[in-house]
Amino acid sequence: MAVLGSFALIVALGLSVYSFVVGMIALAFQNSASQPGSPSFRRDSASEGNGLAAFLRRGSERLGETARRAGVATFAAVLLASVVLVICAFRDDFSIAYIFHHSNRDLPGPYKFAVLWSGQEGSLLFWSLLLATYGFVLRLRYKTDPRLFAYASVVLAGVQIFFLLLLNFAAHPFALMQGNLPADGNGLNPLLQYPEMVIHPPMLYLGYVGFTVPFAFALGALIMKYPGEKWINITRRWTMVTWAFLTCGVFLGAHWAYSVLGWGGYWGWDPVENASLMPWLTGTAFLHSVMMQEKRGMLKMWNMWLVFATFWLAILGTFLTRSGIISSVHAFAQSSIGDWFAWFLVITLVVFVFFFFKNKEHLRSEHKLESLVSRESSFLFNNLLFVLLCFTVLWGTWFPKISELVQGNKVTVGAPFYNRVAIPVALLLLILTAVGPLLAWRKTSLESLKRNFMWPTIGAIAVAIFLMITPESWGSAFGLKPWKDISYFYSLMAIVLSVLVTLTVASEFYRGGRVISKHTGQGMFASMVQLTHRNTRRYGGYIVHFGVVVVIIGFAGAAFNQDKEQEMGYGDKMTIGPYTLICRSYTDDDAPNYASEWAVLDVYKGGKQIGTMTPVRRFYKASQQTSTMPDIRSGLNEDLYIVFEGLNQDNGHPILKAHLNALVMWIWMGVWIMLGGTVLALVPNAPAPMRVPAPARLGQAPAPVATGD
Amino acid sequence: MTISFPKAKPAQQIRRFAQALLLSAGILVFLGASDPATRFSEIGHRMMCICGCNQILLECNHVGCPASDGMRNELMASLTRGDSDSLVEQGFVQKYGPTVLAAPTTKGFDRAAYIMPFLALILGFGLVVLIVRDWKNRAAPAIADGLSPVQGAELEEFRDQAGKETDL
Repeated sequence: MAVLGSFALIVALGLSVYSFVVGMIALAFQNSASQPGSPSFRRDSASEGNGLAAFLRRGSERLGETARRAGVATFAAVLLASVVLVICAFRDDFSIAYIFHHSNRDLPGPYKFAVLWSGQEGSLLFWSLLLATYGFVLRLRYKTDPRLFAYASVVLAGVQIFFLLLLNFAAHPFALMQGNLPADGNGLNPLLQYPEMVIHPPMLYLGYVGFTVPFAFALGALIMKYPGEKWINITRRWTMVTWAFLTCGVFLGAHWAYSVLGWGGYWGWDPVENASLMPWLTGTAFLHSVMMQEKRGMLKMWNMWLVFATFWLAILGTFLTRSGIISSVHAFAQSSIGDWFAWFLVITLVVFVFFFFKNKEHLRSEHKLESLVSRESSFLFNNLLFVLLCFTVLWGTWFPKISELVQGNKVTVGAPFYNRVAIPVALLLLILTAVGPLLAWRKTSLESLKRNFMWPTIGAIAVAIFLMITPESWGSAFGLKPWKDISYFYSLMAIVLSVLVTLTVASEFYRGGRVISKHTGQGMFASMVQLTHRNTRRYGGYIVHFGVVVVIIGFAGAAFNQDKEQEMGYGDKMTIGPYTLICRSYTDDDAPNYASEWAVLDVYKGGKQIGTMTPVRRFYKASQQTSTMPDIRSGLNEDLYIVFEGLNQDNGHPILKAHLNALVMWIWMGVWIMLGGTVLALVPNAPAPMRVPAPARLGQAPAPVATGD
Repeated sequence: MTISFPKAKPAQQIRRFAQALLLSAGILVFLGASDPATRFSEIGHRMMCICGCNQILLECNHVGCPASDGMRNELMASLTRGDSDSLVEQGFVQKYGPTVLAAPTTKGFDRAAYIMPFLALILGFGLVVLIVRDWKNRAAPAIADGLSPVQGAELEEFRDQAGKETDL
């Protein structure tokens, strides 16, 4: 099996090289044949399509087609290699070093499948597979715009070559064990033996790898000086789908950290977490600024850089984790392949910068800005803040290394740094999220801004006052006194601005719905549904904004978290917030893959039993490692989060840590709303049912329904 | 008897308002900072556990962790002695090295960690303003067939008309 896998990888590399080199030659021939000054063009014109030039052009088209087919075949070869690796995991083939290091006989089936992306070599193969899959879909849809797709296909093949070179020569997933074959494998890292781990990496990788596609189209469009903004339209869906995958991947990672790591939090600002956040930030900026290019022909150069930065940051993140240059708790992936990534980063930067400066005249803006108070300028500031947040995260991630180089000692850059630096910028961004949708393209009168903004502002201020005057006993965000602590101040600001965004979004739906309702006589809800269906991208986007503020409210809850640690024998009590925990029992258990210790706790609230919780600590036999499985009782107001930390060696009593984490469920709900909004934005618009006759006089024209993003 | 105060000049009023704002912000930030339990929690959340788990000292959750229990006791002892925040932090840095602090200090080169993002914000903001001004001053694109673009009062009239008709 290992031979078959290795062979498939070599074949895939050969096919990718062919697709890249021959694809490039074909495009070069096609370009020279279509240049008005070229000899072949003159000969071609003279003989009206006959002769050498026509032969060359037909030849280059055929060559291009073979390159495309080689790209398609690359997918089959990489898929074969991946299937072989998974089969080897299920067959417990420990002659393959990768299987030995990441699996064992008693590992449950789903985790054996997840072995594909559980270690360095497998995850690189998985990355390559996803890239090949994206390439496969792209190459099948080439008829949309054959020439642009041919360029994109060559760029994708270039990236694919890099990953296949890695797989064949630096991180071979089918490398064989030396000496006697072991009876059982080392097993999968216990932290990865959790259901979400089966889907978190694929989602994250779909996001990382997916941004290669818009980058490939952007670079292709730049090289060929693609006329107009059609490439943006072509890549819009790719970008949105990719963004949704990355969003899903980032938050699945956060949920996994929350559910498995047992420290009560979901985001630790670890370099690997930061690595996933950076492309998400630039990708989000791109999704906004791309509208400027579509609608107004502006920000063309900026968009090129944003697409490139997003792709580059995804690779940089991988470089950070694989090179070991920055220390991280995700050190499982460290190896010597960091140099390969460093060179790849340099090469892609040089290639992009070369073509950018060669063809930047092609990227001049077509329109002028009419007013500072306009949608255009709000997008500019929005992009500034997103990129600044990205820079802050990048700066914080690299600062330990910079400090070591400058002053000879490392420093830690953890949550306190990011809280101090990133939160103010994020709050500014939230203000823009509230104001931006109320601004029209070109120019907005201050009068209309005031009119549209007044009620949401009054509503947000009312909520702020309500939160401050309510009693603290109501829990989490109630009775909030912002003068007590800076974290309370930030929380109040975050919640109030979130309310402001929600109200502006609601007012957009209401005003649009009212116009349709007036014209069609439908009810308000039906009108809003129709409004959304007529411009799914705009209103889907608003729903995404709403999801974001729900997430932000969840983040704001962190200021009210409490925790308590206690040793608990039979009948012992622990009180945290409104909850009382009574230890009913503690015991242990044995399963083929792991042994476990757990406690049984009755939970009381207001003197009434509301449930039983069973936090667990497992000892995985194959890897000889322990892992906690916190028990979490989630509610809208707060999560009761219990961790079995261990046993007191003297008396055998379990030591438990209870966290009361405020508003965490809002984060997961917000993500679902964001994803729902993204899916809605991908739905094609319904055709406008109204036909408005040409008015006799402008002053008597019937009111049209607003559209546009 | 009535007392009349001299009327402050606008500049003085602005200065007083700014001072009051600054004072309020100071009160907001520092209120409640002297309570020992709060100080333990605040300083403990500004330190890292040095066992290699890469977690904030008070969030380290390993039973039998070789470091965190001792560090917490040291922190409590320092606070009981009445050491100031900076003295506690200095003591920890001397014993465990600068990586024990969860964030760079605001001294020496470490200041750059905080300055750079805000410097970037100011520079970026300035750049965006320059871009906006440049775009605003750019000549309007030519329109084919000798049509002249609608401008000034006429444009505002159409804009108001569109606003009314779309009810937005």
